[in-house]
Amino acid sequence: MPSLGADMEAGTLVEWLKRPGDRVKRGDIVAVVETQKGAIEVDIFEEGVIERWLVEPGTTVPVGTPLPLIAGTQSTPMAKLSEVTAVPAAPVPVAPPRVEQPPAAGRVRVSPAARRLAAERGVSLDRLTGSGPEGAILYGDVERAAAAEPLPRPAVPKRLDLAEMRRAIAAAMARSKREIPHYYLSTTVDLTRSLAWTEAANVTRPPAQRLLLVALLLKAVALALGEAPEFNGFFTAEGFQPGAGIHLGTAIAIRGGGLVAPAIRDADKLSLDELMAQLRDLVARARSGALRSSELSDPTITVTNLGERSVETVFGVIYPPQVALVGFGMPVERPWVVAGKIAPRRVITATLAADHRASDGHRGALFLADIDRRLQSPEKL
Amino acid sequence: MTRDDITAVLIDELGRIAPETDASRLDPNAELRDELDIDSMDFLNLVTALAERLVIEIPETDYPKLATLGHAVDYLVERLGVAAVTSSEQSEPHHRGPPALGSESS
Repeated sequence: MPSLGADMEAGTLVEWLKRPGDRVKRGDIVAVVETQKGAIEVDIFEEGVIERWLVEPGTTVPVGTPLPLIAGTQSTPMAKLSEVTAVPAAPVPVAPPRVEQPPAAGRVRVSPAARRLAAERGVSLDRLTGSGPEGAILYGDVERAAAAEPLPRPAVPKRLDLAEMRRAIAAAMARSKREIPHYYLSTTVDLTRSLAWTEAANVTRPPAQRLLLVALLLKAVALALGEAPEFNGFFTAEGFQPGAGIHLGTAIAIRGGGLVAPAIRDADKLSLDELMAQLRDLVARARSGALRSSELSDPTITVTNLGERSVETVFGVIYPPQVALVGFGMPVERPWVVAGKIAPRRVITATLAADHRASDGHRGALFLADIDRRLQSPEKL
Repeated sequence: MTRDDITAVLIDELGRIAPETDASRLDPNAELRDELDIDSMDFLNLVTALAERLVIEIPETDYPKLATLGHAVDYLVERLGVAAVTSSEQSEPHHRGPPALGSESS
């Protein structure tokens, strides 16, 4: 069971997407689990053949519990069996340290097909009586219930449980404010060049290929992090651990409340077009509740962008165990001194919330100033 | 394609972006961004969908003309008319902020 954040302790296996005997490679989606962040697709980090499943659908297991048993690749003749979790860094547990107690009322068994149909049709499983063994809810039960109460278009993305997401945010943010000694820095960035460059680039592009300013902001942060590694990584019991790559957690607001910050991996190596395409895909999937486990566990820093119709400044709360959050407020037009004269300019407030255990304000200031400098040369982003 | 058809396409696409609201009951004069709580990524997705479904070009500089439901329908009717008929009238720009600004909020 992958950890999708500091706040996650357990998850429920919903269904397997691969069968024993199937060959899998890094990045393949092998299972769906239900977590506080909604239904999440689990992608795998190892290559090999699925030997068998170690967890039955419907079971809630602690983070770190191995899900599949994977045999090594064919190149290893004496197929080395390794129990893997979807989390690369997690140690392989010999036995799960503890098993989550099922809910007091007793867990209702639901077939994967039934669960999927229920999600699609917006049928609440709580109110259903199953016709299967031990009252298990079957596909037909959901079908009948769906026919009985036809629902209009669901009010919120169907795979998201906003109440659960609220609890996850509460746990992570409470831990952040309890443990992380934040310091804050702020600077105002002239956007004239970046906006002019974006507008010029978009003139010849169809809407599907247009850039938004946010792509430039993300790239500037990613490049600046290359020079400021102490803001990219995690703070653990051993102290600061630099991230293995620059994976920007991109805060995405969910309609109806809540937010998630899935990763754009290796953002420093992506072109603006690639970054924009990934962001569009990520926003769409975040809002429909179809993120992958690695996207939620990977971020090495978070970037939050308030966008239009908001306010000028955001003071971020770091998402543990990360050590920094870069925030952008709403771009505004302000009187600005340009070459000794006052001129109207579009500006944005960039802020940094950073963990004082991992870095100091002087380095933070250099990092923020570097983001500003890079936004003055958008053609180099 | 009639004006009603175009309105239906627009309302359908707005409904995809803001599924929790009833886009057919929108005040035609209200700002879409405020009424439907849409950010610039949503807006870009709307423009992308409209351009593809109606097979028209929507330059970024025209985004302000899509600010309200009423103005957006006027604009789309005009764009489609331009494709079929030679004469077209310039519509009033209903200015609201520059294009290409930030994206999703947190």
